[in-house]
Amino acid sequence: MKVEITINGEDHVHDVEPRTLLVHLIRDVVGLTGTHIGCETSLCGACTVVLNGEAVKSCTILAVQADGQEVTTIEGLANDGELHPVQEGFWECHGLQCGFCTPGMILSATQLLERNRKPTEAEIRKGIEGNLCRCTGYQHIIDAVQYAAKKMRA
Amino acid sequence: MPVSKSVGARIKRREDPRLIQGLATYVDDIQMPGMCYVTFVRSPYAHAIIKSIDASAATDLEGVVAVITGEDVKDVGGVPCAATDFPNVQVPHHPVLATGKVRFVGEPVAAIVATKRYTAHDAVDLVEVDYDPLEAVASGEAALKDDAVKIHDTDTNLAFTWDLEGGDVEGALKSADRVVKERFVHQRLAPNPIEPRGVAADYNAGDDQLTLWSSTQIPHILRTQIGLMLGIPENRVRVIAPEVGGGFGCKLNVYAEEAVLGFLARKLRRPVKWMEGRRESFLHTIHGRDQVGDVEVAVQNDGTITALKYTVVADMGAYYQLLSPAIPTLTGLMLCGCYRFKNVAMHLRAAFTNKMATDAYRGAGRPEATYMVERIVDCVADELGVDPLEIRRKNFIANDAFPYETGTGLAYDSGNYTGALDKALKMADYDGLRKKQAEMREQGRYLGIGLSTYAEICGMGPSTAMPAGGWESGTVRVDPTGKVTVLTGIKPHGQGQETTFAQLIADGLGVEVDDVKILHGDTDTVQYGTGTFGSRGTAVGGTAMIMAMEKVKAKVKRIAAHLLEANADDIELKDNRYIVRGHPEQGVSLTDVSLHSHRGINLPPDTEPGLAEAHFFEPTNFTFPFGTHIAVVEIDANTGEIDIQRYVAVDDVGNIINPMIVEGQIHGGIAQGLGQALYEEVIYDESGQMMTGSFMDYALPKAHNFPRFELDNTVTPSPVNPMGVKGVGEAGTIGSTPAIVNAVVDALKPFGVRNIDMPLRPEKLWRLMNGGASS
Repeated sequence: MKVEITINGEDHVHDVEPRTLLVHLIRDVVGLTGTHIGCETSLCGACTVVLNGEAVKSCTILAVQADGQEVTTIEGLANDGELHPVQEGFWECHGLQCGFCTPGMILSATQLLERNRKPTEAEIRKGIEGNLCRCTGYQHIIDAVQYAAKKMRA
Repeated sequence: MPVSKSVGARIKRREDPRLIQGLATYVDDIQMPGMCYVTFVRSPYAHAIIKSIDASAATDLEGVVAVITGEDVKDVGGVPCAATDFPNVQVPHHPVLATGKVRFVGEPVAAIVATKRYTAHDAVDLVEVDYDPLEAVASGEAALKDDAVKIHDTDTNLAFTWDLEGGDVEGALKSADRVVKERFVHQRLAPNPIEPRGVAADYNAGDDQLTLWSSTQIPHILRTQIGLMLGIPENRVRVIAPEVGGGFGCKLNVYAEEAVLGFLARKLRRPVKWMEGRRESFLHTIHGRDQVGDVEVAVQNDGTITALKYTVVADMGAYYQLLSPAIPTLTGLMLCGCYRFKNVAMHLRAAFTNKMATDAYRGAGRPEATYMVERIVDCVADELGVDPLEIRRKNFIANDAFPYETGTGLAYDSGNYTGALDKALKMADYDGLRKKQAEMREQGRYLGIGLSTYAEICGMGPSTAMPAGGWESGTVRVDPTGKVTVLTGIKPHGQGQETTFAQLIADGLGVEVDDVKILHGDTDTVQYGTGTFGSRGTAVGGTAMIMAMEKVKAKVKRIAAHLLEANADDIELKDNRYIVRGHPEQGVSLTDVSLHSHRGINLPPDTEPGLAEAHFFEPTNFTFPFGTHIAVVEIDANTGEIDIQRYVAVDDVGNIINPMIVEGQIHGGIAQGLGQALYEEVIYDESGQMMTGSFMDYALPKAHNFPRFELDNTVTPSPVNPMGVKGVGEAGTIGSTPAIVNAVVDALKPFGVRNIDMPLRPEKLWRLMNGGASS
């Protein structure tokens, strides 16, 4: 089936099997490998992308469901080489270790901050519960999101 | 405080720009022209005879390139185990694809190669395997009963035995004022790095060269083993561990899939790739723990513990993986914890069961020791009616007793156990907490305070004490223009050594952190190495690099002295310049020296041109980090839910190179330790079926499960290496599990609770608080 998707501002037209998952279109067809696959069941959040402004798990969405829509992946978050405040926060606060959950975690956190400019620590912890991290114990991730929130409010 | 310009500073990680922008390359990101995808057909039975395999429908599927079974790989060597020197040992052949029989759910039976990812998955269902199911045994203790079904074609499921004895345990037990006993279950855990395992392989027939990309912690060991398994010269194998998305010990191994992918790439002369799914990860990536042990301690009325005896059954699973048998022996070595137990014994029986192998998972044997010791100390306090703090103080190894030889024959390098304890008590306001607890109990509320004063064994390790070499290698290379490249035999996968090693080099050689590049994980680039595990990366790998750097520095000083017409002994490094002592105006930079050395003329006599040195570092001992963790919990009597109100951790990991990275390691370690205490458990039912094969059924901790961890540290340098570091990878995991369980048991004391098996699910607690039986 023909699928037309805008990814990070670029238009892509591909002919894919109807059962192709969005994450496989992004990774294997388009070649943007920053979006990761950790569980294939929507539980770990490594595959999180932003679809029409909403953070979704791309491992359980068909590519055809994203037809005609806009996707932002981790590769599209920085603006002209300038890191997004959430990316910057993760770097500043050591919000990552192995980095595998990080793209999804960053995109979830970005959406959280778009919905709530000044989240409490509890709101951040709840807000990222759909993304699993095995390395950090989450504390530096919380710090990173708070750093970004402050920066985005400034 | 920085101890110098870079070392000791909170420097942002140099790994991060690629990771936060999606620019890193993990195994699944590798694409090659003509690459095929591999999937595995796995056993749905825990124990069965394979009567026949019909792969014709799969082979006929369009896009399927090949289907192979055990028959096709019968010449491939078995999955290796490096630790088999034990009494009464059985070492069963561990085929890369099952032949004749399957012995656990998830065991690979056939491999499919297809041109497309989805086709390879479709074909799995088309391979018809006719099984004749057999009775299965799914617990270590059950497997050791005489009438248990036998897993290998022998008359016992006993895998091996191991006994450790120091002092006179039986005598001390006989003469004790009392003997305190308890049984502890260390449940089976799944490591679950968020990146599952994955392998890609490519064979270049022209060069007779096999390249294997694997998400591994041990690229060099893997290369040696793949060469042996496939029967090809080691120098015809190149292993690349690209970006690795977490390991926690489960990627410290050699797996069947790695050999099969190498075999397929050579046979088909096409690049191939396999990525493990999460379900496969639960089934066929090693598990951790799975020990059941009975402990007895001899106690005097004043609280002195004079002996400890631990009788354990360890569940190996159906086959050994690389280090399976060695793991419970690490439990044995750490039986003393941070205490003066001179009479200690461990009697271990290891059993084969119809389950996946157990092996090294973060802590690897030491969490079991620490949990058992820290829990039994609390039980002793309970029986004597004293605060658990008193028993700890009474039995601590004294601060002036280091180096200290333990009852298990180890020499603890350095320690200050009361220092960490006192600091943690103060941070937590221990006395205040006890008062609050008493007040809350009056109100019918259940506050619990749990202590864990742990010591652990890290920096692995001396080669004499390891199943294979315990040394590490480092090469320091200065480019002609003065930039530095380091080759290290370790394989960081989240630990941040691209940053901390650069900090050490920057200070040591007089360059900026950004002038240093750390290379690792490619066996064609880096000299041999041992890898990243056992909290050894910096303590052993870092030391190898430092030693190599010192050799470079000595040469730089010789050349600088020659250029400055001074004596090499008078050259010192100041503000990134090599100056003549007392004459800062007379100096040269590393770039000046390196350019000169690479130009190759006018060098001091007997000096080789170029500027690179290597060092293979053999540590003389392990290192022994320690600390005190304090957990404060409140249990809701209506729901059994645990509210972790505070978590205080004071860890001593020796000198600290980058405090931010050390905090991150401790945080992550605590989270995994709490995961064991509260949430995680791999469950096989009696027939050996995996009941927890997804994140729906196996609870990995989430962000909202934890409070903010309150951290501090004491610094007791290790004398084992010149940096005085001890290692920090596993401390948090080892220290945290007993703290939280002690806190919960403490909270439930009014209900007569003395022990609860992990994980501490709310239902268990609710039952205990509402008249149910203890689990």
